[in-house]
Amino acid sequence: MGKERLVLVGNGMAGMKAIEELLAIAPDRYDITVFGAEPYGNYNRILLSPVLAGDQTVDDIILNRVEWYAENGLTLHSGCEVIEIDRFHRRVIAADGRSAPYDRLLLATGSNPFVIPVPGNDLPGVLTYRDIHDVEAMLAASRCQKEAVVIGGGLLGLEAAYGLMKQGMAVTVVHLEETLMERQLDRPAGELLKHSLQARGMRFLMKTQTAEIVGDGRVQAVRFANGSEIPADLVVMAVGIRPNTALAQRAGLYCERGVVVSDTLQTFDPRVYAVGECVQHRGQCYGLVAPLFEQAKVCANHLAGLGYRYYEGSVTSTKLKVTGVELFSAGHFQGGRDCEEMVLQDPSAGVYKKLVIREAQIVGAVMYGDTADGSWYFQMMRDATPINDIRSTLLFGQANLGDSGHGGVRQTADLPDSAQICDCNGVCKGTIVEAIVSKGLFTLEDVRAHTKASASCGSCTGLVQQILQNTVGNYSAPVITPLCRCTDHSHDQVRETIRRHHLTSLEAVFAFMEWKTPDGCEKCRPAINYYLIVTWPGEAIDDAQARFVNERMHANIQKDGRYSVVPRMWGGMTNPAELRAIADVAERYQIPTVKVTGGQRIDLLGVKKEDLPKVWGDLSKAGFVSGHAYGKALRTVKTCVGSEWCRFGVQDSTRLGIELEEMCWGTWTPHKVKMAVSGCPRNCAEATIKDLGVVAIESGWEIHVGGNGGMKVRATDVLCRVASAEAVKEYAAAYLQLYREEARYLERTAHWIERVGLSYVKQRLVDDAAGRKSLAERFHASQRQAQEDPWTKYAEPRHADKFQPLKEVS
Amino acid sequence: MDGAKSRWLAVGRPDDIPALGARVVKTAQGPVALFKTRTGEIFALLDRCPHKGGPLSEGMVHGGTVTCPLHGMNIHLDSGQAVAPDKGCVPRFPIKVVDGRVWLGLTACGKPASTLL
Ligand code: SRM
Ligand SMILES: Cc1cc2nc3c(=O)[nH]c(=O)nc-3n(C[C@H](O)[C@H](O)[C@H](O)COP(=O)(O)OP(=O)(O)OC[C@H]3O[C@@H](n4cnc5c(N)ncnc54)[C@H](O)[C@@H]3O)c2cc1C
Ligand code: SF4
Ligand code: FES
Repeated sequence: MGKERLVLVGNGMAGMKAIEELLAIAPDRYDITVFGAEPYGNYNRILLSPVLAGDQTVDDIILNRVEWYAENGLTLHSGCEVIEIDRFHRRVIAADGRSAPYDRLLLATGSNPFVIPVPGNDLPGVLTYRDIHDVEAMLAASRCQKEAVVIGGGLLGLEAAYGLMKQGMAVTVVHLEETLMERQLDRPAGELLKHSLQARGMRFLMKTQTAEIVGDGRVQAVRFANGSEIPADLVVMAVGIRPNTALAQRAGLYCERGVVVSDTLQTFDPRVYAVGECVQHRGQCYGLVAPLFEQAKVCANHLAGLGYRYYEGSVTSTKLKVTGVELFSAGHFQGGRDCEEMVLQDPSAGVYKKLVIREAQIVGAVMYGDTADGSWYFQMMRDATPINDIRSTLLFGQANLGDSGHGGVRQTADLPDSAQICDCNGVCKGTIVEAIVSKGLFTLEDVRAHTKASASCGSCTGLVQQILQNTVGNYSAPVITPLCRCTDHSHDQVRETIRRHHLTSLEAVFAFMEWKTPDGCEKCRPAINYYLIVTWPGEAIDDAQARFVNERMHANIQKDGRYSVVPRMWGGMTNPAELRAIADVAERYQIPTVKVTGGQRIDLLGVKKEDLPKVWGDLSKAGFVSGHAYGKALRTVKTCVGSEWCRFGVQDSTRLGIELEEMCWGTWTPHKVKMAVSGCPRNCAEATIKDLGVVAIESGWEIHVGGNGGMKVRATDVLCRVASAEAVKEYAAAYLQLYREEARYLERTAHWIERVGLSYVKQRLVDDAAGRKSLAERFHASQRQAQEDPWTKYAEPRHADKFQPLKEVS
Repeated sequence: MDGAKSRWLAVGRPDDIPALGARVVKTAQGPVALFKTRTGEIFALLDRCPHKGGPLSEGMVHGGTVTCPLHGMNIHLDSGQAVAPDKGCVPRFPIKVVDGRVWLGLTACGKPASTLL
């Protein structure tokens, strides 16, 4: 059988995204023909505004040049408008007579700018703002004309006005409503925006209705309903868009406001798909690229015959691409009856923030002046994160949850191109912007892959997201974040499927969940392996090839390929015999560096791979076990000297620390776990920045959870107080088990608790005594398998091969 | 042996290399990593990541690529090229499997190093 024929009508952003996605997953399935009314390849429409403002050129914003189509085996008819779809014979016919047969048809005709029906609207000098042609016409006008009137104070209107102003024209914006961008902003934010644009010289006529465009042979003035009139050499109408459904309607496809499509992006004729601004899905039409790209992905999946993805609508956020204006809007920002609003206003700093809360979740946000936390709020909105526990600091932003910050930088808009954004990989702002523009990047993942910014420790993620928003305008992501590029399923879906369908191996998960790659990748393999062993302890086999090198080798790999070895020192305690044994090992194997770690134990650095089994063997003989300094596992339990020696100590913190470490070592967890026990509230063991911290008080112990001392410092929350060391241990076991069973892989307790809320953790551990006991029991059951020292095991001669080269030749 | 410049060395049996894993042969030209894919194909690359010299043999093998354990760069096993958009290239070595033995050709070369079992 020959290939099926796919025809795309509309060579724009959504349609071509669908084709690119399709080529990535099913490159050989179709012969593809593309019709585009515009005489170019495919370009990044979003960036027309920077072209108008003179910051970029048309060349910069081309996504796929005409040659690209041929190189990828596509037939392109550019400058060629399709005027008829013959559904009976399954072919499309263009105005110039060209035609193409199809087996499947994809409509992505975008939308048309709305032209207000007033006399004179067809005079030369009256333009809309939609495509390259419009921008070129505006640029030409700006070279010889002075007065511009932009009708419409929405997103597009303001971007047009700003661009024309930068080209030297005097610009008046005419707006029917009281508030600029009323679909994205509330009154106060709209006012702030107006003031800042006025300060740059933009003029506004608010609550003003246009009655007529006046001119003799070309535009000369605009007249309003109230009888007044202003001169105009150029008029730009940016009053809204209408989904372009004419072609679909003529072909008898069911349309309302847009072409109506199902969750699989099919029209009422199942051979005909539609994506982009021309469609209406569950009653919604979208006018931003992010949701359209989500549609494109789902559509490609169905065109490829995979058929397991559904489009369920999108949550979107908006950003105005006007340099120096920081503005963010998302969701139900106007609030309503069942909502409450939280507002922060600092007029002198030009800052306004409003969050709309419903049922303890963020459902909308408007921010002006300081938008650094926009992506954070947006994330919580999409994840439906309960905010009860952080209400009091929510408006002040993520920094006030204890983020150690990023050199104090919160706004990227005013930074010079040379400012370093990613401190791990040394990536500057200019490099990021350049990559976004020249490579047509739209997502954080794309930016990471191309520039390495925020791809290492991730603490500059918020800044990179801001740059992305400032450059491409908006940011949105699917409600479900896939685990990795091998699947569309999320962490939670994978884990639930493993449990529900009793899957016990990676192969079973890949087959059952239709993985796109045969072996998974470096991201999903370790995650799935973890979910398997924690869900089915003793039954699922731990897969060594799904472990990161450190966990496979039971030592930390070093920059030069050697390893470091950290034996456990229970609760930070040691003695002369242990120290002597370590000294002997260090000398015997000529280990170059011996260091005291930040976790109260000793690190032997620079051990050759071949020597690992011998080093471990000798350490085992001296009574040591692995310290798991390499694992997503219990690391250290830090203690202070406590009541045994200290004049302030109220409880035996050292003893409890040792007991906790003995109880918990060997467990595998979503991310590493650190604990500490302090003997009094002076807290010398720094228990309040640990995943689990215990602070002795006169009447017993105070249990703390969710601390982190790493990239983002977070002080713990108090879980509860208990009277005995036994009770601490029960809580600790239950807490670890809850974390093991419910947190996502690579999510530390701090992030997990911020996501699910402290109240939830309290409810499971404090309020529900029976539940706590059964969690603790499950923990102990799994520990019976887990507490086998890997070092003793791998020091045995039968494993020796693993650590030796296959062969040495000279 | 074939070709004047190559020196072919028997280094072991295919089973010595774990599927989706690697073993190292130490040579005068430096450590060479022998990778085995799920389908049993064996590839040999110099055991040094083009980024900062990480030991590729300790990386995770998936599909036809390996992820460097140090900073996560992905390398195509057949070409030695970094997976786009990363850039970089590792020298390849030819591999032959004959009579159940793995032979390593010891001149770093540009020709494809893959042989199906
Ligand atoms: C050895 C040690 C530094 C030292 O010389 O003291 C160390 C060394 C490493 N740390 Fe650490 N960390 C060490 C204490 C800490 C501490 C302090 C502490 O535990 O009291 C912290 C902050 C506390 C915390 O984690 O909340 C710390 C925060 C990190 C982080 C950031 C974690 C975070 O969630 O923000 C990483 C990165 C990661 O895990 O993804 C990291 C990762 C690493 C790794 C394992 C990098 C890696 O993945 O290979 C380093 C291995 C170096 C090597 O070549 O062996 N290390 N690291 C310390 C070992 C403690 C131990 O005995 O096990
Ligand atoms: C100036 C401007 C700034 C914007 N800024 C942002 C922003 O910051 N953020 C954001 O998310 N979105 C922004 N948008 C919106 C975004 O560009 C659109 O949502 C997106 O381009 C819509 O994609 P689409 O494929 O549905 O339509 P389009 O990209 O418009 O593509 C449709 C294509 O189909 C062609 N076509 C139509 N009918 C036919 C036919 N019968 N035969 C052949 N070809 C046909 C059209 O000529 C057009 O090229 C902006 C839009 C504009 C105009
Ligand atoms: S030990 Fe920790 S802080 Fe030091 S360089 Fe390594 S990861 Fe960074
Ligand atoms: S050394 Fe391999 S990725 Fe850095």
